Amino acid sequence: MRLYVDSAKCSGCNACRVACSLNLFGENNPKKAALLIVPHFPSPGVYEVKVCTQCGDCAAVCPTEAIKQDERGAYYVDFAECTLCEACVPECPEGVMFVRAELADAAWKCDLCGDCVDVCGTSALWIAEKEAVAA
Amino acid sequence: MNGYGGHILRVDLTNGKLTKEPTPAGLARDFIGGRGFGAYFLFKEVPKGADPLGPQNKLIISTGPFSGLMIPGAGKCDFATKSPLTGGYASASMGGHFTAEIKYAGIDSIILEGISPKPVYLFIDDDKIELRDAGDLWGKGTFAVEKHFKEKLGEEFQVAVIGPGGENLVPYACINHDYGRQAGRGGVGTVMGVKKVKAIVIRGTKSVHVANMDAYRAAGKALYKACKDAEFLAEWTRYGTTVVTSWCDEVGALPTRNFSAGSFEGGKGIYGQTMREKIVITDKGCFGCPSPCGKYSHAKKYNAYVEGPEYETIGLLGSNLGIDDIEAVAQANWLVDDLGIDSISTGNVIGWAMECYEKGILSKKDTDGLELNFGNAEATFALIEKIAYREGIGGLLAEGVKSASAEIGKGSERFAIHVKGMEQSGYATHNATAMLLAYMTCDVGAHHNRSWAITYDLQVGRELVVPEKVARVIWLQNFRPMFDVLGSCRLQWVELGINRDLYLPALEAITGVNRTWEDLEKVGERIWNLTRMYWARENEGFGRTWDMPSPRFYEDAPKTGATKGQITKLEDVNKLLDMYYEQRGWTSDGLPMPDKLESLGLTAVVA
Repeated sequence: MRLYVDSAKCSGCNACRVACSLNLFGENNPKKAALLIVPHFPSPGVYEVKVCTQCGDCAAVCPTEAIKQDERGAYYVDFAECTLCEACVPECPEGVMFVRAELADAAWKCDLCGDCVDVCGTSALWIAEKEAVAA
Repeated sequence: MNGYGGHILRVDLTNGKLTKEPTPAGLARDFIGGRGFGAYFLFKEVPKGADPLGPQNKLIISTGPFSGLMIPGAGKCDFATKSPLTGGYASASMGGHFTAEIKYAGIDSIILEGISPKPVYLFIDDDKIELRDAGDLWGKGTFAVEKHFKEKLGEEFQVAVIGPGGENLVPYACINHDYGRQAGRGGVGTVMGVKKVKAIVIRGTKSVHVANMDAYRAAGKALYKACKDAEFLAEWTRYGTTVVTSWCDEVGALPTRNFSAGSFEGGKGIYGQTMREKIVITDKGCFGCPSPCGKYSHAKKYNAYVEGPEYETIGLLGSNLGIDDIEAVAQANWLVDDLGIDSISTGNVIGWAMECYEKGILSKKDTDGLELNFGNAEATFALIEKIAYREGIGGLLAEGVKSASAEIGKGSERFAIHVKGMEQSGYATHNATAMLLAYMTCDVGAHHNRSWAITYDLQVGRELVVPEKVARVIWLQNFRPMFDVLGSCRLQWVELGINRDLYLPALEAITGVNRTWEDLEKVGERIWNLTRMYWARENEGFGRTWDMPSPRFYEDAPKTGATKGQITKLEDVNKLLDMYYEQRGWTSDGLPMPDKLESLGLTAVVA
């Protein structure tokens, strides 16, 4: 399973990012979300959304094996075992592996909780098997 | 304080002094936040008789307890000041992502005080707060300035900026944000301009604490679910506010040729359906919005990228000027946004100028050679620039329709469409008595959003003048602004029809305070009466005559369209006011009576 996005449907509202931070950290703080919205304004006037594909490249390079896989195939960070070494960050092809020491004392990434999907009013986000791409 | 940033930031521009003080708990209890905070600080801190353009006036920018939280459309920010347009209360609500960032920086209200000796911008990065030189940005358009900051500081920073209109003190200058969201009405951008604050850039990275995290998440999700389940979601999101353009045209509420009619024969050219097909690129949502009404467009004819046009802009810069081309409206929209002047007031005053021109009250020698006939888009573009820079006839139009018509005279005051000096927004009210009353009694002048009663008029009988209609207007005026107090958008309730009771568990989980809608409407009534007292305090002789609408709506029946031959009688206008004052607990001259103030806990506040 993984999270999919159709950026053309995104309105840039950031509800997904608030929901994400609430799930990952129990905090109301979209700066601590595991998906990114990149606005391209004033032209061409589109939002580009970056989400985790659960490719596992981050886990492959983690020296402390802090990035683990759950039964659905989602990779998640075991906060207790992360040393903030940042080895995972450059490996992420989508730019959604986060280390910001000023905000959190562990790296974070999408754990496929699905809360972002629940609050997205334009159905830009969905979770499906890795092979499937349609909503 | 749960649900709050916890601090009021004061920016003394005269001395460059920055101070933070704790947000008073009593203020949160009695006025909650957002527009409530703005109205309170304005009344208490800006001394009686202060010059709107002087150092004593303040610009108060406030979030509410919902701002920045997982609540649908929790991106509403209130800008309050003494209006340079009307001399009374101004409160403009801005969407986008600015208010969330204020909250994440641990701030509830930013209060700009005094006047800076030179152009500055206010820089806030959590607790790092500075006034920085803006000399090289002064004079620039809002889009260039926002882009400058986004490139320099990154996308995490949010930007609110004024354009040349604010710098040149056009009294209906606005504040722009997110390439197309505005605090539009009443000259909040003018006050920012006279204070020489070109922009506010802000980033906050703090977490907002809530009283009960699990209950908050559950209540927030229930609100989103209700929105997503709403039948009207898909159509609303496709067209946004422009969904009403064709409806207004059909029922004769679409302002046409300076409100001389309510239906426009070229209407199809500016309908939401036409706009969606021809120019819309993407939906553009405010913070946390599951039903984004914002449309972002590219008008190829002019290569204009612009948010909107919204319904109000289409009405005022389209049909009200006889312009039937959505691309031309988009270009005019881009110009007013970039120059930082309110699209509603601008379209209204240009409509008045065009009527003056067609009636021979203004001639080509008055208009710098422009042929100001209705339908002339190129002349409209030229006038917008002249207004923002106060060039030629732009200097006259920049004063607003009330002042301009007083100066020109020759009967043009009779078709200056305003209440209390604020240009009327996008509903023609020849025969829609609840909506007419809403405009007459609105707390900032002729603005629609406190009591959007036009659909109620059509529902119950548009010409009826009955106590039930007045009660509906009052209820809407007490209730709808509460969204601006709480810091979230009203349109999920208005347009999607979600149950308003769903907000109550969310508010309790966030703030830890249990409130009913009865209680919240009381707060709304408290604020409404306080701002009424503010008008009376600041304007000698304030009273009933200030609530009268433009004579157009009781003298000039439309000659075409759905409301052809229809008019509201002057005696009915007066009857509406009589009933309104009585139901409000005000005197027959429209002033709150002492026992009304006492019952709202305002006696000490207004003393």
